[in-house]
Amino acid sequence: MSRAPGVTLEGSASIDGAPLFAPLRLTLPAGRWTCLLGGSGVGKSTVLRLICGLPTGASFDGTITATDTRPIPERVAYMAQDDLLLPWASVTDNIRLGARLRGQRADADRLAHILARVGLSGHAQKKPGALSGGQRQRVALARTLMEDKPIILLDEPFSALDAQTRAAMQELAADLLQGRTVLVVTHDPAEAARLGHAIVVLTPKGVTDCPPPAAPVPRPVDDLDTLRCQAELLRRLRDAA
Amino acid sequence: MKYGSAFLAIGFALLLWQGIVTLTGLPKFILPGPRLVAESWWTNRALIAEHTLITAMEVLIGLVIGTALGIASAIYLASSRVARLVIQPILVFTQALPVFALAPILTLWLGFGLGSKIAMAVLIIYFPVTSSFCDGLMRTPRGLLDLAQTMQAGHWRTLRLIRIPAALPSLASGIRLAAVYAPIGAVIGEWVGASRGLGYLMLLANGRAKTDLMFAALLTLGVFAVLLHLAVHLATRRLSGSSPDRA
Ligand SMILES: Nc1ncnc2c1ncn2[C@@H]1O[C@H](COP(=O)(O)OP(=O)(O)O)[C@@H](O)[C@H]1O
Ligand SMILES: [Mg+2]
Repeated sequence: MSRAPGVTLEGSASIDGAPLFAPLRLTLPAGRWTCLLGGSGVGKSTVLRLICGLPTGASFDGTITATDTRPIPERVAYMAQDDLLLPWASVTDNIRLGARLRGQRADADRLAHILARVGLSGHAQKKPGALSGGQRQRVALARTLMEDKPIILLDEPFSALDAQTRAAMQELAADLLQGRTVLVVTHDPAEAARLGHAIVVLTPKGVTDCPPPAAPVPRPVDDLDTLRCQAELLRRLRDAA
Repeated sequence: MKYGSAFLAIGFALLLWQGIVTLTGLPKFILPGPRLVAESWWTNRALIAEHTLITAMEVLIGLVIGTALGIASAIYLASSRVARLVIQPILVFTQALPVFALAPILTLWLGFGLGSKIAMAVLIIYFPVTSSFCDGLMRTPRGLLDLAQTMQAGHWRTLRLIRIPAALPSLASGIRLAAVYAPIGAVIGEWVGASRGLGYLMLLANGRAKTDLMFAALLTLGVFAVLLHLAVHLATRRLSGSSPDRA
């Protein structure tokens, strides 16, 4: 992986002429986790897709730049709420999908190493249908790691999981994605409070920064500061609605 | 269970058939009873087998060619927006035309042999295979395509590794439809002009008032069609199993 750059999105978006979000400036600090929190429909996924270079329903007027000024889309790995696993392909083939799609050989040792780190070594030849929801999301995380990109964009990656699996996944992802520039889009104040080095709340009026708790990421679920931050984030979301 | 009820239904149909023959006392050149048809089938077994072989060849060759053409066309259509805009309306329009109406022309062009019947079968199969496979290719889950795009995937690899496997269940249903239509195409071709095949045999028997032989040929065609359907169903079962929404 090359050194992770910071990313800045500056501009406004509209859908069929109606403004989606006002002019805003969103900065993802290099090598850090930024949590973008907001209610549903405010444009969180749109922001993330714009950074990925994926098509959106909105027209964006502004700029998206990396601190090293190099292009961004070829340096991102993307993970969504849906695990997006190919049901007909084995866990291994799913993890090395990126290499296969680019006509490259996947490094088998690295794959085995990543599989072990997400705790799925015994499942390499299984089909996704034979795995639990949490295991499937771990395969998706392994696929993201296999891409070895400096910028990671996660769109509500854990929101389909039950509470305990989600907490475990948050810790695993925080550990494995260390040092990369990560954007997590979420509607869950608890997730933002646990994972964000920077926490940003998105409303139709724009973005506001929220001071993150002091504890290192991933913060314990019972850290008082973190719980207080979570409550504050919830208050802001409700005020915005 | 499924087969048990099928046997029951066949038994019931045979009883009903015999019942109608006995009750109405229709002459046997109008409606022969099941016994007579069975006897005729047995005495003419060599003849029937010979003609069945011809029809089976027409159907199977037609099925292979029609499916291959359908698959190639669907991939082409799914790859090119321009092709979809230009060719799809033409395809739909030609489907409004009953393919049977083309049978005399095909016989004129391709002669009385296998060629014109295979062409009929191909024509009738082509559309269901093309349209269901193409539909499947166009319905790849959005998220998978997004993922492929962020992975910097090329068009053909996305097609080969994601869109085609995701569309295989649709292709399977297209091929299953094709297996139902193919014998219809072949037999119509034989009716219009042939010297061999079950369709020809039926016309011949009918013309000579050998109604029992006509029925024997008809039932043989029915059995062949059912067996073909089962075989294709089994052969495409693996394709249907890989649906992306099966979770
Ligand atoms: N492809 C699209 N075409 C038109 N409108 C869209 C499209 N995608 C999203 N939208 C609209 O844009 C708004 C923001 O969507 P999104 O960014 O997905 O919100 P969020 O992720 O915050 O829930 C929503 O009102 C949604 O209906
Ligand atoms: Mg969203």
